[in-house]
Amino acid sequence: MTSLLFAAFLQAQALDPVTLTKPLADSWPTYSGDYSGQRYSRLKQINTSNVKGLSLAWTTRVTTGPGAPGGGGPGGGRFGGPPPIPTIIGGEGSGELGGTGPANIRASILQVEGKLYFSTPDNAWAVDARDGRVLWHYYWKTKGGTHIGNRGLGMWGKWLYMETPDDYLVCIDSETGKEKWHKQIADFDRQYFSTMAPIVIGNHIIIGTGNDLDAPGYVQARDPETGDVQWTWYTVPQKKGDPGLETWGTLEGARLGAGNVWIPGSYDPETKLYIFGTGNPSPSYTNPKSRDGDNLYTCSLVALNVETGKMAWYFQMNPHDTHDWDSSETPILVDGEFKGKPRKMALHADRNGYFYVVDRITGEHLLTSKFSDTVNWVKEINAKGQTIRDPKKDSLVPGSLVSPNNYGATNWPPAAYSPDTGLFYVPQSDTYAMYYLTETDPRGAMGLGGKDEQFVASMGTYLTAIDYKTGKIAWRHKHASLGGFGAGNGVLTTAGGLVFAGDVSGNLIAYEAAKGKILWHARLGNVSNAPQTYTLDGKQYVLVAAGDALYSFYLQ
Amino acid sequence: MKYFLLFACGLTVLAQQPPAPAKPVVRRPSAFPERPPADPAKVDRGKAIYGVNCTFCHGADARGGSGGTNLIRASIVMSDRDGELIHTVLKEGREGMPKFNFTAEQASDIAAFIHSFKVGGYDISRMTPPSIVTGDAKQGEAYFQKTCAKCHSVTGDLKAIGSRIDDAKLLQQTWLMPGTGGARAASLGLKIPPVTVDITTADGKKLGGRLERVDDFLVSWFDSKNVRHTLTRDGDNPKVVINEPLAPHKALLSTYRDEDIHNLTAYLVTVK
Repeated sequence: MTSLLFAAFLQAQALDPVTLTKPLADSWPTYSGDYSGQRYSRLKQINTSNVKGLSLAWTTRVTTGPGAPGGGGPGGGRFGGPPPIPTIIGGEGSGELGGTGPANIRASILQVEGKLYFSTPDNAWAVDARDGRVLWHYYWKTKGGTHIGNRGLGMWGKWLYMETPDDYLVCIDSETGKEKWHKQIADFDRQYFSTMAPIVIGNHIIIGTGNDLDAPGYVQARDPETGDVQWTWYTVPQKKGDPGLETWGTLEGARLGAGNVWIPGSYDPETKLYIFGTGNPSPSYTNPKSRDGDNLYTCSLVALNVETGKMAWYFQMNPHDTHDWDSSETPILVDGEFKGKPRKMALHADRNGYFYVVDRITGEHLLTSKFSDTVNWVKEINAKGQTIRDPKKDSLVPGSLVSPNNYGATNWPPAAYSPDTGLFYVPQSDTYAMYYLTETDPRGAMGLGGKDEQFVASMGTYLTAIDYKTGKIAWRHKHASLGGFGAGNGVLTTAGGLVFAGDVSGNLIAYEAAKGKILWHARLGNVSNAPQTYTLDGKQYVLVAAGDALYSFYLQ
Repeated sequence: MKYFLLFACGLTVLAQQPPAPAKPVVRRPSAFPERPPADPAKVDRGKAIYGVNCTFCHGADARGGSGGTNLIRASIVMSDRDGELIHTVLKEGREGMPKFNFTAEQASDIAAFIHSFKVGGYDISRMTPPSIVTGDAKQGEAYFQKTCAKCHSVTGDLKAIGSRIDDAKLLQQTWLMPGTGGARAASLGLKIPPVTVDITTADGKKLGGRLERVDDFLVSWFDSKNVRHTLTRDGDNPKVVINEPLAPHKALLSTYRDEDIHNLTAYLVTVK
């Protein structure tokens, strides 16, 4: 039935929904490549024995804004070159905000039927996956909102879905770049901003939003044809009787408890569970009575039934967070052995410096381990496997020396997993900062207010490979550098025995997956997203963004 | 990769460039449009009505008081334009809140007053502590003698440090890691010895100087004549040894208790 339904789409080089349920190989049809979040590609044309010969296939640059030519072609119409590609303009804003400038691509890039689709705040592009030529550019006139990044597009048939910083979901025709509709998905007046890559599961578009004040986080499913709401699940209690309310000081505290969901989750087709990480509670750094308690379901892994939006299980990793360490990082779903038994698991490395493994059918905790040596905020790991904070490491008036800094030991840049090595690969930063409490009002601050954080030192940045069975570090590559944090922006693993990741100095590096030996690199200046890979016409490409540019590599 | 940290002691405290954060998270402060300022007379009228009827429960600053919620971040207030939504709540009351019989004009005045407060995710602290100094100077002095006196002296390199850096927070940041503490650190005129690099090539040649940049594939430095050199790195060839003057400060970070830090600062502010 599904294939009949999509027969028309397929003629138009649309995404066959069956692709979404297959292990990652030739295409890249969703945020993590496939639903597992592993970012493990079955492709192995490029492998440990030949990666040294990897060379540039093409590069392209894009410019944001209404006046930006779709670009890409030589001459932009001058001297007999091809005509410039028009920019398609939508949006509800006046056009005074936003504007033209170099893009900063933080998104996962979709590769479907030979075309790449990607986004930055207010902008989306289609480019030819064979040579990077821009095919269309869509620009959204914004009303405002925090323009911190856009994590990518979702695709259903021939339709693309993009979230905007001023809280719309825009449906775009992948062939032409023309808008089909847009729908408001969050209340701009309450200072939501929307960055997440929509995730398409069956006939659901799963979305989430961000908020730096304290409005409640939620995950929502919408109809791909109309954009109408199918279900909404709030991360924090909204009314009397809601589960988890007992973990807050007051109902108002819970209702304004944040826990926003701004990074996509993973999906287990067998159990129909959508599994994702929730953001931190608010106020982020102060402790008013209104948020006394563990603050469910912030800083948790949560599994929702994708058809109903009902919660199947949760595991709160970080009860009552006080450092703005969102647990947004995409969980990685792995089938494997744990303590001698076959298990279906979810793996997660957290901004707070700890690595967690849970059973993804039941939510049962399996393992907690520390992956950043410098981390010093935990008093104990309790019987449930939760990392319990030391209140002495909250922000203090005279300052509290805490590792990691607010950025965290890792952050949204996606980790990866290779079933060939059994290793979980995560970009890691070891940092210290002083957290000074600046708001002594017992009512607390709002949002991210109330502290002054002063950076102290970076002790190193790493690509770290963790054995999920033990939580032990299998290997760790320390990047030679003069400091800094945020080591690259995500990881790719392949059946070619390779791990690709950026470093803090702007290099794209290929590692041998089992032991971490460096086999190839190219300095691009700023590796701004997680590397990806795809195959076209029998050639495997490795694709990565570096600020306003895309680079695609292959074997000549 | 070889990447040595030499723990060179005995260097001046006020040393080395700060380890610059690579990619700070950039957020636009005015992402959400602020309300245009209302007529001051209208705000004053609203403040007067609010003061009599609302302050007890919601606080003079509308951030919540005896039983009442924080109004300025309440969703109804944030969606309200000119009192139209607030008026409805006043007329109808809410759980735990009585009805108020105000006219639309009065509700609009109250709204103008409540809307005059800024609401944002980067809430400015209003009840800021007067000082960050809370430690015990005597214990701080003992800690100094035990931990810092190997390299530093309050009659030598740190003479009058409490006067030279009269902002206690900046002083604390500076002794923790010279060069940190934000933009104000630049105004201190710290003489921070640079990170240097010693390089030995495959044929035994010794090179090096002030390190400019380094990653796993390249090292770049200025020699004594301030000429820049760059070499490609291939594993251990050439051998690269990085000397960080502040390595001892970094090594101490994992050993501090916060009490040590607070006590030491309490002591150093007295070194006039």
